[in-house]
Amino acid sequence: MFGPLIVKSKKVKCDKTGSWRIESKPKYLQKNCIACKMCVFICPEGCVSGKEKNTYHTDYNYCKGCSLCALICPKQDIEMVKEETKLGELQGEKK
Amino acid sequence: MENRPLFKSGHTACAGCGQAIAARLVIEAAGENTIIANNTGCLEVFTTGFPESAWGVPWIHSLFENAAAVASGVEAALKYLGKKDTVNVIAQAGDGGTADIGLQALSGMLERGHDVLYVCYDNEAYENTGIQRSGLTPYGANTTTSPPGTVSIGNIHPKKPMIDIVLAHGIPYVATSSAGFPRDIQRKVKKAISIKGPKYIQIHVPCPLGWRHESGKTLDVAKLAVETGLYPLVEYENGVLVSKRQIVPKPVEEYLKVQGRFKHILKNPEELKKVQEIANNNIEKYGLKVQTQ
Amino acid sequence: MKQFLEGSRVVAEIVKLCKPGVISAYPITPQTHIVEELAKMVADGELVSQFINVESEHSAASVVLGAVATGVRVFTATSSQGLLLMGEVIFNISGMRMPVVLTCANRAISAPINIWNDQQDSMALRDSGWIQIYAENNQEAADFHLIAYRIAEDKSVMLPVMVCMDGFILTHGMEAIDMPEQGQVDKFLPPYNPLYKLDPAEPISMGLLADPGYYMETRYAIQETLEQTLKLIPKVAGEFSSVFGRDYKDCLVEEYKTKDAEKVIVAMGSVCGTVKEVVDGLREKGKKVGLLKIITFRPFPYTRVFEALKNIPKVAVLEKAVSLGAYAPLAVELRACFFNKKKSPKVISSFVAGLGGRDITEQSIKEIFKKLNTKEIALEFIDLKPELIKDEYGE
Repeated sequence: MFGPLIVKSKKVKCDKTGSWRIESKPKYLQKNCIACKMCVFICPEGCVSGKEKNTYHTDYNYCKGCSLCALICPKQDIEMVKEETKLGELQGEKK
Repeated sequence: MENRPLFKSGHTACAGCGQAIAARLVIEAAGENTIIANNTGCLEVFTTGFPESAWGVPWIHSLFENAAAVASGVEAALKYLGKKDTVNVIAQAGDGGTADIGLQALSGMLERGHDVLYVCYDNEAYENTGIQRSGLTPYGANTTTSPPGTVSIGNIHPKKPMIDIVLAHGIPYVATSSAGFPRDIQRKVKKAISIKGPKYIQIHVPCPLGWRHESGKTLDVAKLAVETGLYPLVEYENGVLVSKRQIVPKPVEEYLKVQGRFKHILKNPEELKKVQEIANNNIEKYGLKVQTQ
Repeated sequence: MKQFLEGSRVVAEIVKLCKPGVISAYPITPQTHIVEELAKMVADGELVSQFINVESEHSAASVVLGAVATGVRVFTATSSQGLLLMGEVIFNISGMRMPVVLTCANRAISAPINIWNDQQDSMALRDSGWIQIYAENNQEAADFHLIAYRIAEDKSVMLPVMVCMDGFILTHGMEAIDMPEQGQVDKFLPPYNPLYKLDPAEPISMGLLADPGYYMETRYAIQETLEQTLKLIPKVAGEFSSVFGRDYKDCLVEEYKTKDAEKVIVAMGSVCGTVKEVVDGLREKGKKVGLLKIITFRPFPYTRVFEALKNIPKVAVLEKAVSLGAYAPLAVELRACFFNKKKSPKVISSFVAGLGGRDITEQSIKEIFKKLNTKEIALEFIDLKPELIKDEYGE
């Protein structure tokens, strides 16, 4: 047995912290988005992605529901909705 | 940044953690050719609980106070290997690991001129051990070891002047930034790593748990600290102030009232005045006030 | 080629031949000459290495930790308070499985402050997971550094090694040394080829938090590796002998005239030289005495010591360290060797001597042989003069 605690970045798997959300989650409306990427910048989890206008979405596997993306969006194109709300695949939600 | 995440989702920071926001922005600005040495603290604990790691770059943690020395060793090894010009080295720590227990190692690293960027994530207390007072806890703040009581107003000392301390080392780049200003963080990190020698960036990172504000308020709190003059955003190159974020100063109450840790100060006009004076001094020292034409 | 050199210079010359890429140290007597010599070699371009002058021993150990983690061979040296200040990093280096080589110029511990030799400093860190090797003379100090790098960097080990040499007695003592050639060293010690390193091409995270679900296994792994190292050390010593011609046998212990001995002293470090003189003298007078020198103290070679002493009637443990409030550390290990064993010395007496640099004279050693009779001595301080300290504040 030989055990230095070293992990290889390419192999590591992380916790699905999306289970931490209890009250609300962000809904990316994808209507008035100007692709300013502020939602990407501000996400503490780094789980927001997108390429061009109206494509930005969060990964609910990791989103902890802090609501910072909704607050920073200059176009109010992200709103916080009740955790139970079904958003569908379009929003990147796979259940 | 979408290709290879340098700071992966799935870490265990609290929701709305300012340090998580800043740490990701820092490494994404620095890029994949970076080695990080991390002091013990929240950031280390929430990103690297075995067998997980949020880091997509080479990353090492040794102890609470020695990231600056470990980074010095990494840099020296890279120099020996002839690889220093292609790899950035970042040492990073919280405010306690920087201004208190790690100050000696930091001073040594700066004085020796290592080509390392040191990033201090300033959440103004030992949040990881349960919100105890550090040398960077602001005046009046309620922490678990500086509680207000019948004969005390909370933390009786002002923040340690870290910017002046690191500037006194004559290093080529010193800046403050804030989790409330993501583009400012990235610009300064990119600037810093383009400069050879020791660099220091101190980033104000709200802690919803320790400062007692809603996790969705992180951004507002961070911005208000800057907009009141309590956390000036400044940038020095070779000892010269080259940029500052100018403000139309808001009264400090606006910053204090959104946090539980200053609740007792709001009820005490005399103490409130003292906090306002700290902001006023900053505004004057750095010339933060927007000049109206 | 034989050279007449100071011990510190010998270590510096040997370290130079090992080509460490990063050296970091903080000055403390009596370690200073070693790092001064190395600094000069770097300044003169004789040794291509990054020499990092740090602001404390804590940072010296941290710098070499960072450098070895980046895949480069490293060296540091310290003594006494310096080793204690490093203490936190010392445990960290072994816990992170980093092959650092450190020279400990053994010196007493403060208070009272005292710059002279004993072995309380390295003894205080005996539970840190480092391999500890003790040199009797400067030839051994030189040779053990070569062996240290080989063992530390062996892919089945990956643990740090502390080469302990008595401060002043060895570090500042002049001896004729057989100095190896660079070619021999290169043959014995290949360039460091790390098993893991900080490299953007293959990013890894090291120094992670281990919760109760993982921590114990990491300690067990070190324990198991150290036990296996007891087999590796003799192998490496054998290779050393074939390259350099000096035979340290298994490099765990040295048996000196113990075969038919009735009384044997067990000791470590430079005092063994004096004990050998006394043994020779007493042997001439027909006394059946001998010495068992412990070379490798961590991992402790229990089986080897058992085999060496099982038929010896009387054993005295002589050491320059104490475990205040308990039996002396080396004596504890010796007694543990024979616990519940059928074969055992009748007497294992324990003597502490030479603390804070007090001379251990031939007379002191003769005294110990004399005191080694049928009654076992649990712990006795030799050459003690309590009358020297006036009891001003006593009751």
